[in-house]
Amino acid sequence: MWASPSQLLRHGIIGMNRRNIRYIGRYNDRRLYPLVDDKLQTKLLAQRHGITTPALIGTVTTQFGVKQLQKMVAGHQGFVIKPAKGSGGKGILVIERIDGDGFIKPSGVRLGLKDLERHASNILSGLYSLGGTPDVAMVEALINFDEHLSEYTYEGVPDIRVIIFQGYPVMAMMRLSTAASDGKANLHQGAVGVGLDIDSGTAVRGVQYDRPRREHPDTGHELASLLIPDWRSLLELAAGCFEMTGLGYLGTDMVIDRSRGPMLLELNARPGLAIQMANGEGLRSRLDLIEKQPAGLGVAERVAFAQRHFARCGELKHVTPPPQPLAALLPSA
Amino acid sequence: MSRLPFYLIVGLLMAVGIGMSVHRHVQFEVPWTQGEQRTVWEVEAIIDFTALGDPVRVDLALPQHQRGYRLLTENTASPGYGLSFLQDETGRRAQWSIREAAGNQQLYYSARLLVTEDRRQRELPTPPLREITWERPYDTAAAQVIERAWARSADPHTFARELIQDFSEDRQAENARLLLTQFERSTLLVRLLNQAGVPAREVSGLLLEDGRRRQTLTPWIQVFAADDNWALFNPNTGAQGQPENLLLWESGGRAVLEVQGGSNSRVTFSMLSRNQPAAAAVRSQLADDTLLNFSIHSLPLEEQALFQTILLIPIGALVVVFLRIIVGIKTSGTFMPVLIALAFIQTTLPTGLIGFLLIVAVGLVIRNYLSYLNLLLVARVSAVIITVIAIISIFSVLSYRVGLNAGLTITFFPMIILAWTIERMSILWEEEGPKEVLIQGGGSLVTAVLAYLAMNNPWIRHITFNFLGVQLIIMSLILLLGNYTGYRLLELRRFKPVTED
Repeated sequence: MWASPSQLLRHGIIGMNRRNIRYIGRYNDRRLYPLVDDKLQTKLLAQRHGITTPALIGTVTTQFGVKQLQKMVAGHQGFVIKPAKGSGGKGILVIERIDGDGFIKPSGVRLGLKDLERHASNILSGLYSLGGTPDVAMVEALINFDEHLSEYTYEGVPDIRVIIFQGYPVMAMMRLSTAASDGKANLHQGAVGVGLDIDSGTAVRGVQYDRPRREHPDTGHELASLLIPDWRSLLELAAGCFEMTGLGYLGTDMVIDRSRGPMLLELNARPGLAIQMANGEGLRSRLDLIEKQPAGLGVAERVAFAQRHFARCGELKHVTPPPQPLAALLPSA
Repeated sequence: MSRLPFYLIVGLLMAVGIGMSVHRHVQFEVPWTQGEQRTVWEVEAIIDFTALGDPVRVDLALPQHQRGYRLLTENTASPGYGLSFLQDETGRRAQWSIREAAGNQQLYYSARLLVTEDRRQRELPTPPLREITWERPYDTAAAQVIERAWARSADPHTFARELIQDFSEDRQAENARLLLTQFERSTLLVRLLNQAGVPAREVSGLLLEDGRRRQTLTPWIQVFAADDNWALFNPNTGAQGQPENLLLWESGGRAVLEVQGGSNSRVTFSMLSRNQPAAAAVRSQLADDTLLNFSIHSLPLEEQALFQTILLIPIGALVVVFLRIIVGIKTSGTFMPVLIALAFIQTTLPTGLIGFLLIVAVGLVIRNYLSYLNLLLVARVSAVIITVIAIISIFSVLSYRVGLNAGLTITFFPMIILAWTIERMSILWEEEGPKEVLIQGGGSLVTAVLAYLAMNNPWIRHITFNFLGVQLIIMSLILLLGNYTGYRLLELRRFKPVTED
């Protein structure tokens, strides 16, 4: 039921307090938060830095503008309406396709134009934003995610969370939505988290509700075979967000589009700690190692460093490979 | 980045806090615990009036040694006024005078009274019977009322009781109602008693309740019998005897306050009880107000009563900080639990808990309906505020009708905070489901109850009110907690699966 603090310490687990004081407080300048808390700003910033993001169809900034919604989305296959300042996936409405005057959600539920307009109006009045401040609704093109990933997920788009510390990718996981999570990729709502090997982009370990899991609960597909295509460029894209925002401890949410490859979905200046559960490993030793590295390396060098030092064998693949202590992997310097 | 300045500040706060507390303990003999204590009441009377520009004379009745209370010290504040204390057979009085005064005037009188175990009643001379005359048709009404009560009584005290009960709400007959239209209740009762040949007079008493402000005196009726001297009656209920917390302020049958040369005069009272060691209670402490003896006790009583509560808030904050940082409990709104705990202090815990759950539950239902109306946020929260006020009013009226006076204390809940709590929980319900609402709502409630238990602890109340240095110690503790990077208690459970392989 309960672990002792020394057990957690041995596994290098980081708690909330340590994350807040030691990493977020020290490496994330408060002044830079608006860059990531406002998704519209993040998107514009990413475009300037040459980081691909889902295409922006348009924005709704006034209650009056809500009426333009129909004109805006006309001619698009599918689209997503989301609040610019939302958090934790709140207020994101996905429309898979337009069918006459109906809008079809991935679950098959059909919405009318009125529903869409009300959703946008709610976003504007701040229903989903932090502290209820007035917000802006963004309309983005739907991501056509890679087909071979589709059997790992139920309804929602699977995204990949990479923790970027000082520009180094330190840990990654894929979040697969389930029926229990209602198509949302939130781990505490029942989505499956799959830890990813930083070196290869293959699955290390799967968890749902903090308990180990070998296959997807809805599709039944085993998780061990999961392999993220284009892994290296995804890491480089994620690592580049450090230069883009200046935030030292950053959660990047990436998605993979069938035609456009890895894309940045959003950034998080206060990434959660569940990634440790999905990887079955604490962040501490990795972060300690990065803190010892000199600053000023390029993106490619940093990614290569991380791939070299944070490589792991998945416990899902082999029966039980003896867990290799991280110290053994480090150069003896 | 050096943490040295941080630890220096924490150390300094801690040292100064402990130093101040020890100094107060040693120098002023304020004990660490409230054991072997005597209760001392500090009562302050404020006289307000508008002077008319002429010579002014103000005459105020003063309390004296009596059953259960011993007068220790008294002080007055009245810039520019001459003051003298008079004593006659009707009691002690203070007389302020000034040749010329205009505009609003305030005069202060404060007294410290020691609660004693002395239960002996003071012997009082029986006042002479007054000649009573009535106008028609009140004379026949009075005669009939007296006759009725006389027939059902045996002696002066039972007569007084019967008489008062005839004037109580549920037994009021036609005669009683007629008389009450012409006379004030206690004056009327004294007249009737006198007419029936029972010596009686109206006296004024102060009901002592800790931390009360702007109180007024209540009238009581003193009835004299030949053998066992006198007894006190409540003119409203007819109850005989002096309540433990009743201080007789004026017992000579005279007016409490007489003002010549002024208008709109009134006197209000603030009071505070304080526990002091038996020895120190008798000694006057007001003389040595130095800077080092920096204490809330040098403020006027009215402000002291406020501070008694304010100084407890840091304790509540400390509990919240501890529960969030060390234990990891989730609450809805960071310091909402402290405000709820403050309300619990007024309502007592069971009433407070029931009241809180009722308001939040009903509020959630109504808020749920409001969400269908698709309103803008500020308007919706305002609507919830009005809803909360309506719920509180309805519960107050209902509980009063049922005879539950405890239900009236529900008004102590901070309404705007409750409205935000309801709004936040409702959004949480829509987005994360009822489970999360239960976790956060339960967390808030547990935090509020723990904060209440800490803030309501008599020892903690004693320490925070008597030692201001404790505030600095709490401050340094909170700063230290803010620096804690270890695991939260609940994280030991959350991360348990990682350690299992």
